[in-house]
Amino acid sequence: MKYKAEIIAGSVILIFAIIFLVINAGIQERLSDGEEAWGGADGQAADLIESGGYEPWFSPLWEPPSGEIESLFFSLQAAAGALVIGYFFGYYKGKRKGTG
Amino acid sequence: MHIMEGFLPSPWWQLWWLVSLPFVVLGFYQLRKMFQENREALPLLAVAGAFVFVLSSLKLPSVTGSCSHPTGTGLSAVLFGAFITSILALVVLMYQALFLAHGGITTMGANLFSMGIAGPLLAWVLYRAGKRANLNTFLVVFIAALAADLFTYMVTSFQLAVAFPASEGGITTSFAAFLAIFAITQIPLAIIEGVIVALIFKYIIDVRPDILVKLNVLSKTAIERIREAAA
Repeated sequence: MKYKAEIIAGSVILIFAIIFLVINAGIQERLSDGEEAWGGADGQAADLIESGGYEPWFSPLWEPPSGEIESLFFSLQAAAGALVIGYFFGYYKGKRKGTG
Repeated sequence: MHIMEGFLPSPWWQLWWLVSLPFVVLGFYQLRKMFQENREALPLLAVAGAFVFVLSSLKLPSVTGSCSHPTGTGLSAVLFGAFITSILALVVLMYQALFLAHGGITTMGANLFSMGIAGPLLAWVLYRAGKRANLNTFLVVFIAALAADLFTYMVTSFQLAVAFPASEGGITTSFAAFLAIFAITQIPLAIIEGVIVALIFKYIIDVRPDILVKLNVLSKTAIERIREAAA
């Protein structure tokens, strides 16, 4: 079958999306005002360390001043990557069509 | 898997820098050799690097009610091995440490070891072993990418556990606590990463099978077999 890999990948993502929606519904119900679920695991580990009394001895040289600016840099990272992937796959595909 | 800036006390951050450094040096050496002898493979290197960029920028929700990122290093590990992958991971970790305050300069040695070295090394070993055992190529790529992702987070948990042993129960207890945060969240993400890498691998076989043969990733007969099965 030609699209077997695509179907498998799509199904896996779909299954996890459904699981996420179901779990999220349960979490949102139990959440009190002002609380936010789905935080980062990195931050949770940092909280666990800090709860033991540890204080980080060095702080980042520069921090994104807001969540919006942080997401800007994350989007730039993804966009740059996607651009390169799309460019080379398109180049290869076009080249093959041209000669073949 | 980012250990945040300043979150590894001395001597741990220096130690992980020292452990990672030889891999980076070997990586630069292999990269230079590739630039000289195998220029055809460079676009594929760019794709593998870009893939790490994209995947590590995505913060995905997991079943545990928290979010984490895939690593994206499995593809590069299968194609180019662990040393070159460590360079790609270094670039991404630099970007995230400098612009996003994600991870940090002092903790980069540790983060590089988990994401750029330990995970990719395991992926490479599993890929080679699976290939030798004649398993389905896509299954092997899936397993390798999944393992790279999950193992990265297990190593992070270990790095934190040895630096911060619990007052009761010591390293074992703290290892379990960090695993609970990182590894369990990561299982679904690792599965997703595995299928996506396997899918990308299919497209690479489609467009440039010759480079895969040259990089000794797949044999000619294996590629012919895959193409016949897909036709």
